[in-house]
Amino acid sequence: MPDITLTVNGVTRTGSPEARKTLADFLRDDLSLTGTHLGCEHGVCGACTVILDGRAVRSCLMLAVQAAGSDVTTIEGLGPDGELGELQQAMWDSHSFQCGFCTPGMVMQAAAFLGDHPEAGEPEIREALSGNICRCTGYQSIIDGVLLAVERIREGSARETA
Amino acid sequence: MKLPPVDYEAPGTLSEALDLLAEHQDEASVLAGGQSLIPLLALRLAQPTVLIDINGVEGLSGVSRTNGWVAIGATTREYVAEESQTIAESVPLLAAALPLIGHEAIRSRGTVGGSLAHADPAAELPAVARALDAEFVVQGPDGERVVPAADWFEGYLTTSRGPDELLTEVRFLAARPGTGTSFQEVARRHGDFAMVGLATSVTLNSGTITDARLAFAGVSDVPARATAAEELLEGQRPTAEVFAEAARAAAAGIDPPSDLHGSAEYRKKVAAALVRRGLREAVGNAMRGSD
Repeated sequence: MPDITLTVNGVTRTGSPEARKTLADFLRDDLSLTGTHLGCEHGVCGACTVILDGRAVRSCLMLAVQAAGSDVTTIEGLGPDGELGELQQAMWDSHSFQCGFCTPGMVMQAAAFLGDHPEAGEPEIREALSGNICRCTGYQSIIDGVLLAVERIREGSARETA
Repeated sequence: MKLPPVDYEAPGTLSEALDLLAEHQDEASVLAGGQSLIPLLALRLAQPTVLIDINGVEGLSGVSRTNGWVAIGATTREYVAEESQTIAESVPLLAAALPLIGHEAIRSRGTVGGSLAHADPAAELPAVARALDAEFVVQGPDGERVVPAADWFEGYLTTSRGPDELLTEVRFLAARPGTGTSFQEVARRHGDFAMVGLATSVTLNSGTITDARLAFAGVSDVPARATAAEELLEGQRPTAEVFAEAARAAAAGIDPPSDLHGSAEYRKKVAAALVRRGLREAVGNAMRGSD
């Protein structure tokens, strides 16, 4: 079994996963980071989305050994010290989610997207989240949450420049 | 579903990769972006004994333009191609198709070469490659060979790549002046494989169509050129009547499958509509470009 070293949520982690182990299973089983959820396990539902070297990826569609040397952020890394990040707080305030199964994937995909497109509008946000499936909400509350985050980020940067 | 037990090799050079392919032949699967292969493993539709991961092979990634051709390394990620200024300027049909592949997170990992080597006939890139007569550069134990797109796609998920060969690069001829393109598709949901897709490229000279290329995705086991429609268009001035005639010819020339997403009859109607839309947009782009 190959030894791998990678950075997860800012911390250097090592492991010796079997070649067939996906990054998702490595995060959950070997690193006990069970915030990353597994829905379909073949790349359709988006629940396992994490941020790898700055890009949203499906952690069920890559092998753990392929993440060697990479910088991974999971849902646990978004809210430092148990606090909610700005996006998470906006989604909380918008009652974005119900059962919570799709939550980590939705939040990570939205976080990656907003990182590159901080002023995105509703159509772009809908498209960015179109690969993440939610069976509870009908999506509107999720979109509302991301839009609220965009609004707060804009207000925040307006205050800073004022 | 968890992946079945499998050995894993991560060559760092092309010659190491070719040695591994020569050793394992049909028992090996080449792992690039993995966005199709990993699901095939999970579903037990592919059962290789070894994965040869080419992500670390040096020299296989990147976009370059030389002598009127745009060369894309096989492991170039789809999002990188999507953001490439060279592709946007020189291969606009490819640039139009790339954002339609799966979803953002899929394009983060998925590769141009991987999609073309996987050869799903419903996928976008095979139709683009077929429309533009792309060239496939393949390395094997006897050196390099270049395969035209017409010979590359042999059947459902089947290409002319031998088991000891590796696709290393795909080349697209840069669009000539007066060329306009369009990628159209109808899918149940954004990001799904298209029920029918269509890659269109039209070149105009003094208001006459001198070159028309139409390639369908999703209507047969390989991406399919609509040759009857192309012949009908060439030499004509672009009018709605001509487009409608080409659409009828294109739809008559295909025998699409029926499945739970749509009947063959419905797909033929969609195909005809896409030909009209594709030609309208491509000709509009050609005219704007030549202003």
